[in-house]
Amino acid sequence: MKVYVLKRIAQGLVAIVGALLIVFVAQRLSGDPVALMLPMDAGEEDFAAMRSALGLDKPLPLPFGIFLGNALQGDFGQSYQWNAPAMQLILERLPATLELAMAGLVFALLLAVPLGVLSAVHRGGAIDRAGKIFAMLGQAVPGFWIGLLLILFIAVELQWLPAFGRGDLSHLLLPAIALGWYPVAAMTRTLRSSMLDILESDYIRMERAIGLPERAIVWRYALRNAMAPLATMIGVYFANMLGGAFVIEVVFAWPGVGRTVVEAVFARDFPVVQAGVVLSAVVFVAVNLLVDLSYGFIDPRIRHD
Amino acid sequence: MLEVQDLKTHLFLKRGVVRAVDGVSFDLAGGETLGLIGESGSGKTMTGLSLLGLPPKPAGRIVAGSIRLGGTELVGMGEEELAADVRGSRIAMISQDPMTSLNPVFTVGSQVAAPIRAHVADGNARGAALDMAVRELDRVRVPSASARARDYPHQFSGGMRQRVVAAMAIACQPEVLIADEPTSALDVTIQVQLMDLIERIQGDTGAGLLFITHDLGVAASLCHRIAVMYAGRIVELAEVEALYRDPRHPYSQGLLASVPRLGQRKRLTSIPGNPPNPLSLPTGCAFHPRCPHATDQCRNEAPPEVTLNDGDGQSRRVACWLEA
Repeated sequence: MKVYVLKRIAQGLVAIVGALLIVFVAQRLSGDPVALMLPMDAGEEDFAAMRSALGLDKPLPLPFGIFLGNALQGDFGQSYQWNAPAMQLILERLPATLELAMAGLVFALLLAVPLGVLSAVHRGGAIDRAGKIFAMLGQAVPGFWIGLLLILFIAVELQWLPAFGRGDLSHLLLPAIALGWYPVAAMTRTLRSSMLDILESDYIRMERAIGLPERAIVWRYALRNAMAPLATMIGVYFANMLGGAFVIEVVFAWPGVGRTVVEAVFARDFPVVQAGVVLSAVVFVAVNLLVDLSYGFIDPRIRHD
Repeated sequence: MLEVQDLKTHLFLKRGVVRAVDGVSFDLAGGETLGLIGESGSGKTMTGLSLLGLPPKPAGRIVAGSIRLGGTELVGMGEEELAADVRGSRIAMISQDPMTSLNPVFTVGSQVAAPIRAHVADGNARGAALDMAVRELDRVRVPSASARARDYPHQFSGGMRQRVVAAMAIACQPEVLIADEPTSALDVTIQVQLMDLIERIQGDTGAGLLFITHDLGVAASLCHRIAVMYAGRIVELAEVEALYRDPRHPYSQGLLASVPRLGQRKRLTSIPGNPPNPLSLPTGCAFHPRCPHATDQCRNEAPPEVTLNDGDGQSRRVACWLEA
C-alpha cells in the first residue's frame, strides 16, 4: 500500500514537471510581455533592459532550469500586473474555486445518482426516457449557455437569485448548477448501465431469494457495486471543475482561479498563468490519486496490499 | 407442507411465449427430499424460482396454478409480502454458482446477517445479527467462523463460498429449502462434503428439500422421491428405488440408460434427438419426436397423468400413453 502510494506520487511528479515544461514553452511562443509592460514611448534599450531583468533574453533551456527550480519551491515570480507573488495570488483564489467545484459536484451527484438508479430500476419507463432526453441535453448544451440562461431567467427576470459575485449560498447556486450540468448526463448513463448489469447478477437474485426488501437491495447492495465506475467519473469531472471552471467563473464573475488565469492570459501575465496552470495540474494529479485509493474502500477486491 | 398444483410459469419474449413451467404438480413434506431432475432447459430452475415468486423479470410470470405452503397461498401474493414473510424466512434457496452468488463488496458476515436482520425480530440489532451469522457459519463448518466473517467473498474458495450461501439460506430456519444444482460448480470431493452438509442441515431443521439436479447419481443418494421433468412438465414422479429399478416413462428409461455403470462393458446409449425448441414445443406429448414407442395418439394428444401402484403402499405418477 505504502509502496503503491509512493509510486503514484512519483508518477504524479513526472506529470507535473511535464505540465511545467508545456506551459513554459507554450508561453514563450505566445508573444512578448515586455511590449505590454513598458509605456508606448519606451526605447530599444528599455526593452533590452526589461528583458534581461526578467531573464527573457537567455536561451530556453537555461531559463527553464531556473523556472523549474523556482517552481518546485512554489515560486513563479511576481505577477506583472498585480506586482505580487503569482502563486500567492492563485492560492488566495483557490478557496472560491474549491467551493464552486464542490457545489457543482454535489449538484451533479444529487441529480445523477437518483436518476441513474431509477432509470435502471424502471428500465424503459417514464423516468428512464426522461433521463435519456435530459442526458442528451446535458451533453449537447454547453455549461456557459446554461449559465447565461440561468442568469437571464432566474436572476434577471424572476430576481430569485443574484446573477454574479461570491457571497452566501444564494450566490453559489446558479454557478454550481451551470458547472454541474455537464457531468450529470455522463454520470447518469454510466450509473444506469452498471446498475442494469448488477441488478441482473446472481448475487442480487440471491439477495431477493432471502427476502431482503427491494429498497435495500437497490440502494445499498446494488448501488455500492456501481460506485467504482462512478468514482472514476467523479474524479475526472471534479478535477476538470477545479482546473477548468474558467468559462463559468467568467460568466458569473466568480472570483476564482479560473477567472484570474483568464485575465492573466489577456494581460500576458506569464507568472500568474503558469502558477494557475501548474496548480490545476497538481490538483488533477492529487484528485486522481485519491480516486484510485478510494477504489479500495468501495471494492475490497482491488485493495492494494 | 408444500403443495404445488398445476403451476404454470411462462416467459413472454419478443419472439414468442416459452412455457417454461407448464402444469407442474407435486407436494413436499417436512424432512423429505424431492429430486427434480431433467436436462438443461426442462424447467427445473424455473420451478424453483417460481416457488419463491421470482421468475426472471420482466419476461417471466406465473400464469396459473397454486403454491400452498402450510395453508398459505403464495400465488398472487404481493411482492412486499413475499419478501417480508416468505423468501428467506419460510422458503430459501441455495443457488447454482457459488462464485457469483455472493455480493463482492460486503463482508461474508454481513451477508449472512442480512436475512436475520430482515426476518428475525431480535436479530434487528446489528451486533446480535452478526453473532447469529457467525453461529450459522459455524453450523455450515466454515473454519474459524468469527474471524472469517470479516472477510470478503473473494477471499474464500468455491466450496467455502457455497457453504456461505448455504448459511444465508438456512439462517432463518426455512420450512422449505431449494437447492439448485448446488454441487455442479464444485470438485467431486467438495461435492460430497457439501451434500453431507445439506443432509445434516435438513436433519437439524426438518425442512423439506427440493433438490434440483441433472446428476442422477447425486439424486439417487440424496432423494426420497424423484420427479423427472421434460419440456416444463413432470413426466414421472416416483419413489427413488422404484424409479431406478423400473422407470416407466420412455424419457426416464432413456435417462437411466445413459448413465455409465461400473463393470458394464456395453456401449453407452444416449437419447436420440435434441431437447425441443422451447418456443415451439411438439404437439401432443412433447417427447414424441425422440420416443422409440411414439404412436399417432402421442403425436396428437397430450398424455394424461396416471397413478400406478408400486406396492408397499407406494405409488407413482406417469404422463405417458403407454401407461394410460
